[in-house]
Amino acid sequence: MTQPTETPAKQLALVIDLNVCVGCHACVTSCKSWNTSGSAGPLADLNAYGAQPNGTFFNRVQTWEAGEFPASETIHFPKSCLHCEDPPCVPVCPTGASYKRKEDGIVLVDYDKCIGCKYCAWACPYGARELDEERQVMTKCTLCVDRIYDEKLAPEDRKPACVMACPTNARLFGDVKDPDSEVSKAIRERGGYSLMPEWETRPANQYLPRLVREAQEF
Amino acid sequence: MHPAWSVIFFTVLAGMGQGLFLMLVRADAHGAEPRALAIGGLLSVVLMCLGLACSFLHLGHPLRAWRAVAMWRTSWLSREVIVLPATIAVVALWSLEHFLGKPHTGALGVAGVLLCFALWACTGMIYACLRFLREWAHWLTLLNFTLLGWMSGATAFAAYWFALHGVQESRFAIAAALALTLAAAATRIASLVRNRNLKPLSTPQSAIGVKAAKLKQMSQGATGGSFNTREFFHGKSALVVRNIKWIALGLAFALPLALLLVATKAPVLWLLALAVVSQLLGLLAERWLFFAQANHPQNIYYQAVA
Repeated sequence: MTQPTETPAKQLALVIDLNVCVGCHACVTSCKSWNTSGSAGPLADLNAYGAQPNGTFFNRVQTWEAGEFPASETIHFPKSCLHCEDPPCVPVCPTGASYKRKEDGIVLVDYDKCIGCKYCAWACPYGARELDEERQVMTKCTLCVDRIYDEKLAPEDRKPACVMACPTNARLFGDVKDPDSEVSKAIRERGGYSLMPEWETRPANQYLPRLVREAQEF
Repeated sequence: MHPAWSVIFFTVLAGMGQGLFLMLVRADAHGAEPRALAIGGLLSVVLMCLGLACSFLHLGHPLRAWRAVAMWRTSWLSREVIVLPATIAVVALWSLEHFLGKPHTGALGVAGVLLCFALWACTGMIYACLRFLREWAHWLTLLNFTLLGWMSGATAFAAYWFALHGVQESRFAIAAALALTLAAAATRIASLVRNRNLKPLSTPQSAIGVKAAKLKQMSQGATGGSFNTREFFHGKSALVVRNIKWIALGLAFALPLALLLVATKAPVLWLLALAVVSQLLGLLAERWLFFAQANHPQNIYYQAVA
């Protein structure tokens, strides 16, 4: 079901540089730390010190291997909600708990309206949503909406926790509708691309491809 | 997908209730005795209410379920939440009308039939509208929900009518159950064949946007599982899925067809009763398979733990 969605004038998003992500998971832990104590929390953290730790995370870093050994590459791949411009998770929500903000394009869940039917998670091809096992409501990346507009923070700190934590600056944050923003320039100049473009969800988050280097002799 | 028993029972029970009501309205049109229709209608209401109760078990916050009527403009789930109680209400009123035995216009019967079809359409579209779940995103999904429900309701009606009125009065019911079971078997097998030939559109390459011919996940970012591993994988071997497919085909279609055929020649009640039970169990397996066969593209991101 494709619903014509109003395209907001502003669309906040992350741009993730796969050249420099080292897979340290600092974005994962800082995300959990910020959001479990913020307006999106608390996030379940079950059996945290047991054999099968299990809990809600808005952001996870995966590791992939491309190519054939010895010419193989290790790719660390951070994965979170892509804040699609045509979010398939929004129109399917029966209560209106799932919505996309007109003012900045962030896709959010109103936890007080969520009935925990999980239909939005089925409707997301990326698996970006996680039902919180303790609160039984759907949760997802908020782009740290309770942080990026906080005027009590210094302007340079008004960024998502994951962006602040990244030691290699692999995560850029900004308005992809503003052609002069850092993120728009990065997408334009460095070939930013969408995940699973075949589903035409128009993800706002983009990834910067790894540069192909000539084999070097050492 | 991970088959949820709540949704499996809900769709199977409500579908049977809807199918049963269609057959009752048909009998009504041919001047059946009102009390028998009223009790049948009550049975249909009970089946749909049991389904409704099961659907509540699917929710993380059942007490907030009333909120689900809000987004009927965009959400098929919301539409289903409106149409299901409406159907139950109309079928209940229809039953009451017949129980009281007063002359009636047939308007409630027509409304109930339309609502039954609308409910199947809503249920089917909940699945068929998810375009990247390609096993579901097809008109066969709608047709199957309709025919499978109608079939099981028709078989239940045949058994009920036979128990009340004997063989002469229920020949049409057995014939209808036979025809609907054949039709449903044909469309469900068509969807199984379609599923077998589906090629996934998403690949690891499109999922992470790396062109390499060989691309393998080394870790998914969690060692103890996550919502993503619990909700989208059925966790059973290919052998188990194949066996459940044969159980579904056997119990929902093959055995009831044989029992109904024998019943046309040698009509005894237990043959029809057995057909109802067989079809009910077969449809539970069929619905399990419906979920298990749906291959969600997010699963590409969850292939290796560490």
